[in-house]
Amino acid sequence: MNSVIEQILAEADYQAVRLLSILRAIQARYQHIPQPVIEQVAGALNIPGTQVIAVCEFYSFLHLTPQGRYDILVSDSITDHMLGKASLMNDLAQALKVGIGQVRADGRVSLNHTACTGMCDQGPACLINGIALTRLDRARIDAMATLIESATPLADWPGHWFAVDDNIRKAGLLLSAAQENGAAIEATLQRGLQQTLAEIDISGLRGRGGAGFKTAMKWRFCAETVADSRYVVCNADEGEPGTFKDRVLLNRHADQVFEGMTVAAAIIGATQGFLYLRGEYQHLYAQLQAVLAQRRANRLLGNDILGHGFAFDIEIRLGAGAYICGEESALIESLEGKPGIPRNRPPYPVTCGYLNQPTIVNNVETFFAAAHIAVNGGVWFASQGTAKSSGSKILSISGDCARPGIYEYPFGTAIADILADCGADDVLGVQVGGPSGIFISNAEFHRVLAFEDLSTGGSFIVFDHSRSILDIAQNFTHFFAHESCGFCTPCRVGTALLKKQLDKIVDGHGSAGDVVELESLCQLVKNNSHCGLGQTAANPILTTLQRYPEIYEKQLKRISYEPGFDLNGALDIARRMAQRNDAAAHLTQVED
Amino acid sequence: MTGILSIDGQTIPFEDGQTVIEAASAAGVYIPHLCHKPGYTPHGSCKLCTVKVNGRNCSACTFPAADGQTVINNSAELQHDRRRITQMLFVEGNHLCPSCEKTGHCDLQGVAYHLNMLDNHFPHFYPQREVDASHPDILIDHNRCIFCNLCVRASQQKDGKQVFAIAGRGINKRLIVNSPSGKLKDSDIHVDDQAAHVCPTGAILIKRTGYQVPIGQRRYDHQPISEVALAEAGSHDR
Repeated sequence: MNSVIEQILAEADYQAVRLLSILRAIQARYQHIPQPVIEQVAGALNIPGTQVIAVCEFYSFLHLTPQGRYDILVSDSITDHMLGKASLMNDLAQALKVGIGQVRADGRVSLNHTACTGMCDQGPACLINGIALTRLDRARIDAMATLIESATPLADWPGHWFAVDDNIRKAGLLLSAAQENGAAIEATLQRGLQQTLAEIDISGLRGRGGAGFKTAMKWRFCAETVADSRYVVCNADEGEPGTFKDRVLLNRHADQVFEGMTVAAAIIGATQGFLYLRGEYQHLYAQLQAVLAQRRANRLLGNDILGHGFAFDIEIRLGAGAYICGEESALIESLEGKPGIPRNRPPYPVTCGYLNQPTIVNNVETFFAAAHIAVNGGVWFASQGTAKSSGSKILSISGDCARPGIYEYPFGTAIADILADCGADDVLGVQVGGPSGIFISNAEFHRVLAFEDLSTGGSFIVFDHSRSILDIAQNFTHFFAHESCGFCTPCRVGTALLKKQLDKIVDGHGSAGDVVELESLCQLVKNNSHCGLGQTAANPILTTLQRYPEIYEKQLKRISYEPGFDLNGALDIARRMAQRNDAAAHLTQVED
Repeated sequence: MTGILSIDGQTIPFEDGQTVIEAASAAGVYIPHLCHKPGYTPHGSCKLCTVKVNGRNCSACTFPAADGQTVINNSAELQHDRRRITQMLFVEGNHLCPSCEKTGHCDLQGVAYHLNMLDNHFPHFYPQREVDASHPDILIDHNRCIFCNLCVRASQQKDGKQVFAIAGRGINKRLIVNSPSGKLKDSDIHVDDQAAHVCPTGAILIKRTGYQVPIGQRRYDHQPISEVALAEAGSHDR
């Protein structure tokens, strides 16, 4: 084992910042991070063993105990549930003779849930040994079980099972613009760096991850900070459930994304960039490396880009299953080989980011837009959209509609128009911006896509009247409790309490006052949490409670006191011990 | 460079580089806190010190003081939220004050009294947590850990070691020890290390010192935490 680990460490050049890559490789080889390896890795990287353990425990795809040689993680997005995930999960457990959340005794297979894998337009989906497998159904599950029992390597499985379709349904300003590789770099250097930054400014481009900070301002702050080195980071940790447009951009337009990063590097004066790719998109890793290699060969990256004497290169770093790493300072911590815990701000990453150097972190779509703006100019981009939200937005549409996939619209487009395009009728409501966004009811479809109205990172999930508001809120609330990093009290404890309190109500154990308590807890978590995760974790409850208070109230028992637990259920162990199951051994919660 | 800010209407001077809580302490204004300790790098995790700075919630222990800031510290809303956050810390672990050696010396208990916390409000988690009694001189009772990170910082910054770290995610966070066995006895901690003494609760205790100070004569038995904390900040400044 020692020599294998030694080789993995050597491939990572013994750099502690590459701890995630190292541990991912060890996990893939041994199905876990074995105890002796912790000390070996820590020693070789000159970090405490506790950092290795902390990283293993923080990221969902790393384990300290062995997982199956076929490790199956089924996506737990609400969209997967809408496509029958729960029964498929049971089918999988049955076909593979393994419990959910368990490893089979022979170590052959393990089965568990995982947060949204970004395949909402072609679910139900799972990851098998980290690789996405789409469109699960009973037939495919049975075929998978046969292949697993015969120990057939994944490479010999039917290739079309792993096909990931782009599903681009509506190309707008950016997706329909053709661009030669190198054109944006050439245009930038021809025009001048300051002039190109001015074009970005004129374009009005704002961050496409959802927060909407002005891109030109971010780049200017970074450029103006005196420092030895600066970094460009592309945030491809597309973790918001229901979002998959970055997956498509990186599959189809990786050159333009890398080119946007290169333009940014020229403007801020960076020589090193990173693509932080979410672990769920491991299937894209090899082809993205190939794109980078091709760009180096074409002198679009490297020491002397297009003969202009400007140096820049990009390294891809894979995540390992942690939604919080989409938050820019958590992402930077992760890039440094640590648990993804958001930093205290100020200082902001533009002045103190990766390795405490000025760093810009932008969304995939932001760099993609920047590459096009560098060629076509700011006015071209600003010709679409609204005064405060210029340009277009690329949406990932999923859920109850005839044509799920990628749609690009000018900002200012009404929700009703979008629903008509994707073939959604009988709509109950839409989750705009994912769980951290807002649930709008069918009385609000006149509202528009814009930072000043419905702001979104791109997630757009449609629900028809067959869906339950409480199921939706529950799925999202469980998601946040699972993904809370645990750094601050209000989010660590608060998201777990929100889950308990909502489950209590949904399961029919709530009584008078429980909805008021739920709402008060929501406000507490929202107002006191450290970062965006905690500040938005209560949104699924708050936005549905505001629109459908009667649905919550209807769940409550008509009793005046509050049973904190299931009294009769708690007697279960006592009944088994006493070997009694007569009527007198049962108690009702409520006096009749 | 210095400047002036206002806390609850009181005008307070500050020096460049000070955080809001440092400026407040220097002026004799107590802002409740648990993970903050004068002389330690701010952590910003417990969120008890949340104040409104120009209308926005900020952690006073990490937020830089700036000229002209309007800070609200003592409002009914903030005190309510701080009480709730303290209650969260109580239900998350297993805190049984009457049988805890730290009672009367405990910052968590002291803050709870200061905030007039009269019950736990939230349902208990009753987590299964372990006790590490392996070390001859030092005991860890994980039931009482609130993840304030002070022992981690003390070991790194004061003792020049790496004895402690926080691992896990979300509600499964846990304090871990840097040793091959994970036990404290196999770490390089020494009973005189600051990391062994900094715990604000009863999670890290020194063996054979229990009840040497009788209950009734302990730190917070006669003086509220607000006064003790301000005195500590004052002595650190000098």
